[in-house]
Amino acid sequence: MSGSLPADHFVDRLLAAGFDFFVGVPCSLVKTLLVELERRGLYLGETREDAALGMAAGAYLAGRTPVVVMQNSGLGVSLNALGSLHLLYRIPALLLVTWRGYQGEDAPEHLVMGEVLPRLLEVFGVPFRAPPPEALEPAVDWAAACIRETRRPVALVVRPGIFE
Amino acid sequence: MTLTDALALLTPAIPDGTVCIHANGHIGRAGCAARDRDECFYMIGSMGLASSIGLGVALAQPRRRVLVLDGDGNLLMNLGALATIAAARPPNLLHVCFDNGAHASTGGQPTVSDRVPLDEVARAAGYRFVGRVETRAALAAEAPAFLAREGPAFLLVRIAHAPENMTARVRRALGVPSVSEVPSDSEGAR
Repeated sequence: MSGSLPADHFVDRLLAAGFDFFVGVPCSLVKTLLVELERRGLYLGETREDAALGMAAGAYLAGRTPVVVMQNSGLGVSLNALGSLHLLYRIPALLLVTWRGYQGEDAPEHLVMGEVLPRLLEVFGVPFRAPPPEALEPAVDWAAACIRETRRPVALVVRPGIFE
Repeated sequence: MTLTDALALLTPAIPDGTVCIHANGHIGRAGCAARDRDECFYMIGSMGLASSIGLGVALAQPRRRVLVLDGDGNLLMNLGALATIAAARPPNLLHVCFDNGAHASTGGQPTVSDRVPLDEVARAAGYRFVGRVETRAALAAEAPAFLAREGPAFLLVRIAHAPENMTARVRRALGVPSVSEVPSDSEGAR
């Protein structure tokens, strides 16, 4: 199925907004996005989402504005890094989190995280948007502004069908 | 060799401008006491991620030397980082693991590093250089060369976990008749 948002446009938008370091762990919902990032030589895959957050934190220390791509299952893996690294030291990152388990329609292992994802981000104080396809690109500028103002992680939640 | 001994040998040889990412636990505290500089980052949480942070710095500033000061417990918590670092092959990244075989700051619970040689794990992952030192003399000899190596380079520094020796030290300092120090079971032995 062809995605409703061309990955190259979205990468252009991220770069234009100042994001310049891309790391993550893959998810099928952002397959075309990862292909495009890799095609441009921008992306490094990590083994776990918290390690990806660690790399992103190092990149921020060294002057970059990082994006961490992950499946929402990986948000669970990431919570300690968010709590005791990014939020503690005020290190921002754009979390591009896919929404497996969206509206309760997915494999069983995704249903719990799919249901609690927005609440989990709220509990951790991570501002987020989960826009429909046509609003995802404009939300990049919101995320960049939010990072500049707060120096905290922000999340864009990627619903199914946007990049596939 | 204690962690303090090891840091006293290593840190004076670190070139100015080198970014040092300290793992949480005793390493950050002792590292800060040994030689604090503006380029030093000290973790107090997110155990395991010092190596990943170091990799992020190294990739973002390829001309800057980066030194990760890690521990065995930290390394074991994020073994995947060894693979990611070895695969990325950053020539400016150095990785020291102070291995006392224990989670020292939580009470000395043993890790598995006495049975799983972490230097061999780094070697298998594909670090460009892997070394292991177990004595002060060996560390003093290796430190300047290691700090000049092309990365990714890994140095395991075997240190003692012997908090009981602090008791003897303080008693000595307070003029209390000496008790014999508990012999280090790590000096010169795996």
